[in-house]
Amino acid sequence: MNFSSLLIPLLLSAVALYGLEKRVDVYTTLTHGAEEGLRVLLRIIPALVGLLTAVGMLRASGAMEWLSGLCTPLLEFLGIPPETAPLMLIRPVSGSGALAVASDLLSSCGPDSYEGRVAAVMLGSTETTFYTIAVYFGAAGIHRTRHTVPAALAADCMGFVASALAVRLFFGAK
Amino acid sequence: MTMAWIWTGMVVLSLAFGLFSGTLDQVANAAMTGAQSAIELSFSMAGMLCLWSGVMEVMNTCGLSRALARLFRPLLRRLLPEASQDQETLAAVSANVSANLLGLGNAATPLGIRAARRMAAGCGGTASNELCLLVVLNTASIQLLPSTIASVRAAAGCQTPFDILPAVWFSSALSVTAGILTAKLLAHWGGRGT
Repeated sequence: MNFSSLLIPLLLSAVALYGLEKRVDVYTTLTHGAEEGLRVLLRIIPALVGLLTAVGMLRASGAMEWLSGLCTPLLEFLGIPPETAPLMLIRPVSGSGALAVASDLLSSCGPDSYEGRVAAVMLGSTETTFYTIAVYFGAAGIHRTRHTVPAALAADCMGFVASALAVRLFFGAK
Repeated sequence: MTMAWIWTGMVVLSLAFGLFSGTLDQVANAAMTGAQSAIELSFSMAGMLCLWSGVMEVMNTCGLSRALARLFRPLLRRLLPEASQDQETLAAVSANVSANLLGLGNAATPLGIRAARRMAAGCGGTASNELCLLVVLNTASIQLLPSTIASVRAAAGCQTPFDILPAVWFSSALSVTAGILTAKLLAHWGGRGT
């Protein structure tokens, strides 16, 4: 028995019991939320169709490997697996792009490989930086964003380095 | 438009590389199977994504996001002292942070925008230090249960898709801290409001 086989059933029961205690119709709410999940998925499928095509072509042509190779010296210095270079490049720009690149990497390296885990942690600990900045400042009518972009990118870079570090810490070296 | 350039760049680069290194057959093949793999990925992610969206919705309805918002209020008051003078801004910011924590992106964005609008009022299109910080907080991911990532891992055949949780929390915490520190430092160097 491992940590997550206890965690998930426990979490589901706890949430359901707590909801009942709060007089919440747990089941209807759950299905409502699931519908919302389906809507999110429907919105990203068209983007995934476009992006997985492009990512698949890049990998098949050998360009992906060349790109990773280009960044290898710097990334090895930072302790980041070079296979994740394309993911880091697209992460701040496109959320579904990052999802496409990560899923491509997970199927080629395996979800439980060192590279696969680092990619998943990167995806989980960073955001679509430029998109978020555009949405917020667009809505608030801000033209001079001052130090927002450098600070947000510093957070992303830290997230990338920390992801590799975290996987080594929690799962051991490769 | 950015994505248009990136997508075109990816496709043209693949063609160029395919011609150059003789992998054109594989490139053509990948172009024809890529779209199919997108649908397969979406299908194998769908169940888990929907289930966890449902669980998050239940947690939200039970008042977890309100509790989280209360929990983060003192911290946010220290991070954004000027904006917190306004009760409504503080309420929107703390609800924004708690929705982000629960991974409810659709709920988080309008809340964050409401706060950003109030903070931007009367500053003539220039972001204040605190508004920069609010946006930086939103560009850093702080999620308790990253269910999308877990569903991608499960779709790739992982038996324990949530085992990366501690690593994600660790890495997110470092990333958010780095973002806040950089924003504070740059605000300090850059002087006020210019």
